[in-house]
Amino acid sequence: MRSIPRRRLCGALCALAAGALCTSAALAQEVVKVGVIGPLSGPFSAAFGIPFRQGVETYAAQVGGKAGNVKVEFVWRDLEGPNPERAKALAQELVVKEKVQYLGGFVFTPNALAVAPLVQGAKIPTVIFNASTSVVVSKSDYFLRTSNTLPQVTVPVARYALEKGLKRVVTAVSEYGPGLDAENAFKATFEAGGGQVIEVIRMPVQATDFGPFMQKVRSLKPDALFGFLPFGPPTFGFVKAFADNGLKADGIKLLGTAETQESDLQALGDAALKVETGYYYSAAHESPENKAFLAALAKTHPGAVANPATVAAYDGARLIFRMIEATGGKADPDKALAAVKGFKFESPRGPVEIDAKTRDIVQNVYMRSVEKGAGGKLVNKEFKTYAAQPDHGPQLTKK
Amino acid sequence: MSPLSLLASVAVDSLAYAMVLFVISVGLSITLGLMRFVNLAHGLFAVAGGYALVAAMARLGLPYEAAVPAALAAVALLAWPLERWLYRRLAGRSELDQVLFSIALVFIGIAGLGLLFGNAITAVRLPGYLQGSVSLGFRELPAQRLAALGAGVFTLVLLSWLMQSTRFGIELRAAVERPQAAQALGIRTTRVCSLAFALGAALAALGGVAGAELLPLEPHYPLKYLVLFLAVVAVGGLGSHWGLLAAALLLGTVETAAKYFVPGLSSIFFFTTMLAVLAWRPQGLFGRPV
Repeated sequence: MRSIPRRRLCGALCALAAGALCTSAALAQEVVKVGVIGPLSGPFSAAFGIPFRQGVETYAAQVGGKAGNVKVEFVWRDLEGPNPERAKALAQELVVKEKVQYLGGFVFTPNALAVAPLVQGAKIPTVIFNASTSVVVSKSDYFLRTSNTLPQVTVPVARYALEKGLKRVVTAVSEYGPGLDAENAFKATFEAGGGQVIEVIRMPVQATDFGPFMQKVRSLKPDALFGFLPFGPPTFGFVKAFADNGLKADGIKLLGTAETQESDLQALGDAALKVETGYYYSAAHESPENKAFLAALAKTHPGAVANPATVAAYDGARLIFRMIEATGGKADPDKALAAVKGFKFESPRGPVEIDAKTRDIVQNVYMRSVEKGAGGKLVNKEFKTYAAQPDHGPQLTKK
Repeated sequence: MSPLSLLASVAVDSLAYAMVLFVISVGLSITLGLMRFVNLAHGLFAVAGGYALVAAMARLGLPYEAAVPAALAAVALLAWPLERWLYRRLAGRSELDQVLFSIALVFIGIAGLGLLFGNAITAVRLPGYLQGSVSLGFRELPAQRLAALGAGVFTLVLLSWLMQSTRFGIELRAAVERPQAAQALGIRTTRVCSLAFALGAALAALGGVAGAELLPLEPHYPLKYLVLFLAVVAVGGLGSHWGLLAAALLLGTVETAAKYFVPGLSSIFFFTTMLAVLAWRPQGLFGRPV
């Protein structure tokens, strides 16, 4: 006890006294709690959980932690991987015990689907920062999404391939839900436009050596290879194998979507040069909004890498603050939702809109090529924009 | 592709992949096979080797050629006290105790590596001559795979020589087979075991370094590839590096051929082969009957 400096002790007592005096004032200044669920630790933390936190905290810092007069407090819950039961339990705990008015986060589709009944029943407006299967947002009237859907980014890539005059393409995807969705979206669009998918390769998710797949692709002599793999080690091996097995030297194009996201890009190294991907955010996007965002991010989290997930969370926080401001901190889910349906704003990624009917995001999809930027660092350089892309999922399934 | 060059291509890829499998599992074959310690933390030593290499290059500014031996030495030095104060206490205990201990070590290692190096992939900066590919006439092969092949051959020669022709090899086999008799003959069994464990760790580190293009460095590496290491060692049979080589060649060829002809099923083929071998010979290809 002796070690507590007298001055600090006195300060603490004064603060206590002031606190007691101010209780009435504190009541007037309400606090709204927002629960965020994401992989803050574990294998998915670098690409999603940590960017979620940085994005949310950057937006909160920019507006002083307040929505109008209402103080906003974020409550974080760690969920390492796809685990629907745990997702449900965490959401329940946040709603019942922590009394959160809003929810955010969710990397994996099964986790988002698991909380849909709860979100619907308790009327908790919930912003999905990632889970990118088309169907997710339709599962509750209180779901919103600030990331993307797989068809939303894949269909423009197929259109780009057609416009480039590519005729024969091989697709190679990891054999899991999102991989198959990407394969379908690409194949349907490319073949509808007169292109030909000459071979469909499905690779086991556990694959580590991609050399044999690449030799097979090379022997088919396609114009391009469209790939979709989970981020991290598989993407790393795939991109390296593409370059090392001489496909790049043969002039075959490598097309993809999120493979070159910023959290992995530097590790991919020179093998990734000239890989062309279609996605919604590049840290090298040139706009005053992105510049301001990058500066704010560097201020709150020095050294942080701006990943697509960072921007999805940043914009997600923007929606949550807007809903809280519109309702003055009172729990009025329908009024809150009305405030963001049809909401158009300038995101660091470019102009976006929350579709009033689907509650999904409508945004530009950029074709980017990996280039060397300032200081030899790799960047996703945007060279073509497909403006205001909706989720192409519904049209694809109708066909 | 003509049938002949297709076959040649399958053979080349199989051999290159098998050598990586061999190099990353050979360290485990020493701790698990020779010393009979169920060391599930093998991958931790492997990935530690890779990270030590990256750190030696980035922080100490060593060139790749000097950083590789430095990394192997660093991991061996790290393994020594671990064996002396932790592993040795569990040497005589049940397999379950050893499994629980080593898996706990893995979790601590994952968290520690995440703190030190971040949870994303860390890339090894290869020197120019190991980047890109080498032309074999009918196709290209990544230059790095040739280096892995070299590392495999080097390991094989080194182990054969160590185990058969050196005093250390004889003492190690004696210490493992008949510890009491070995001690009575004046062999310092604890020191021999420490050395062997450090050797196993250094070989794991070599595997981590040589395999880094296929199994990129990240903190979850030790858990993610654990089944792969165990599969190769189990199929090869405990304690035999020739058995390990045979297992790596068999599994590598099966999986690679499947990737060419039925890509979606390549993992299934890998594990079915493992199942078949173990059903036929539970002790593995070259293991002695259990």
